[in-house]
Amino acid sequence: MDILLEHILPTLFKILLIVGPLMLAVAYLTYAERKVIGYIQTRIGPNRVGPWGLLQPIADGLKLLMKEVIFPARSNLYLFLIAPVLAIGPALAAWAVIPFDAGLVLADINAGLLYVLAITSMSVYGVVIAGWASNSRYAFLGGLRSAAQVVSYEIAMGFALVGVLVAAGSLNLSEIVLAQQGGILHWYWLPLLPLFVVYFVSGVAETNRAPFDIAEGESEIVAGFHVEYSGMAFAIFFLAEYADMILISILAATLFMGGWLSPFEGIPVLEGLFSWVPGLIWLLAKTAFFLFIYLWLRATFPRYRYDQIMRLGWKVFIPVTLVWLVIISIAQVMDIGPWFTETAAFAAGGA
Amino acid sequence: MNSLIFYSFAAILLFAAVMVITVRNPVKAALFLVLAFFTSAGIWLMLHAEFLAISLVLVYVGAVLVLFLFVVMMLDIDVAPLKEGFARYLPLGILVAALIVVEMITVLNAPAFDIPAPAVVEESNTRQLGRLLYTVYVYPFEIASVILTVAIVAAITLTLRQHSRKLQDIGKQVAVRREDRVRLVNLRKKQDEGEEKP
Repeated sequence: MDILLEHILPTLFKILLIVGPLMLAVAYLTYAERKVIGYIQTRIGPNRVGPWGLLQPIADGLKLLMKEVIFPARSNLYLFLIAPVLAIGPALAAWAVIPFDAGLVLADINAGLLYVLAITSMSVYGVVIAGWASNSRYAFLGGLRSAAQVVSYEIAMGFALVGVLVAAGSLNLSEIVLAQQGGILHWYWLPLLPLFVVYFVSGVAETNRAPFDIAEGESEIVAGFHVEYSGMAFAIFFLAEYADMILISILAATLFMGGWLSPFEGIPVLEGLFSWVPGLIWLLAKTAFFLFIYLWLRATFPRYRYDQIMRLGWKVFIPVTLVWLVIISIAQVMDIGPWFTETAAFAAGGA
Repeated sequence: MNSLIFYSFAAILLFAAVMVITVRNPVKAALFLVLAFFTSAGIWLMLHAEFLAISLVLVYVGAVLVLFLFVVMMLDIDVAPLKEGFARYLPLGILVAALIVVEMITVLNAPAFDIPAPAVVEESNTRQLGRLLYTVYVYPFEIASVILTVAIVAAITLTLRQHSRKLQDIGKQVAVRREDRVRLVNLRKKQDEGEEKP
């Protein structure tokens, strides 16, 4: 009983505190996507349901709930149903280690970064199994494309994250944020600029978003892996994709943009003026910025050709990360530059 | 509480491992293998080997088995012929299994594995492992990585057949300008010329 009251119930409550707002954010990210892309293409976007169309995501959700879930003939029913679950599970589980503010984290584990990488690498199963279980050529092609793409970009992404942990000297996400203290120029986006770009582009590829959305590729393979899904089963894939987008954005904000730290740190007047803003707000603002880039990319670029995607991942990104890893490792060991001289965690642990 | 978690993990692991070899559908077998890896990662986590546990998930579940699944899905395996040889190979299988069991018993009883209960240390598991790998075991570690690199190069050389491949020069493709592909023809002028002729 004690275990239940002291550990399980508070943890469940905290999980609700994360997942609830996350689902709301997913709903309104779809709204933001349609609005932003609408304005980029000189349209207005949804504006009929509620004021400024604000109730549109709710209406969409209700519609999907009411729709019938159709099971294709000769599909593998068990795997067909488990695929959406495998897609949404990792998309939610990775949020356990994200620090929202100093000390505001569900599980403050030492190997946080590694955990995130491991859990996000599992999200590909949902797509692959959905593609296979549907018993459809188009879905199968989508699943295969996604598997090849995600495995390729995971390597570049992993190397980019290795750069971050060399710079911060820790795998704990809170410690990584604290290692970036000292104002906007001390955040890792500047010293790790190539890794930052590689990380974010790989993140776009990992989440199967445009211009890397060959897994769906509506102009070639109808809707790719989820072509046979309808109703709520389809909605869960949708939720997983958007939750993954938010996760990649919040990770980019945490690892390269100083997480919950204020951007005005170290600037004389502005620092005082904005000191009342809680860290969570800064983190969410940075996350929103990255999400906007996601939508911007989708509205701007045409889809990549499959061989171009593979070439970019293997022949451009991986060499770039390897070279930059050598450079920052040298900078770290030789105490070069303004960024790597005061990494207390590294010195203390290595002694 | 800990032993309860351990036994439930162990039961899931055994169940998944048995399913890997008994289930008829190869894709399902691969998925049960995923479950087996994942639960064994959970058991490692209970031994405070967090780095190893998460790497197991990252490397095997996240990459190796995805490729495995990729291949298995492409093969349209008919299950019945696979089952035919089961009885014929059974004696050989039992022999191999017995050998492995004997080997495991001798190895695990060796003094090197005589480890006391997992020590709970304040310091990060990853940091300890890294320090050991790069100080005490630096040569074995580096030699292992060189061997792996050689293996990668060998595998690529085996699959690379320059003669039969149609190569695309991406640099050329990107450098293409409109003038190279589009020729503007003044149709009006030609039409006029054509009308004059008859």
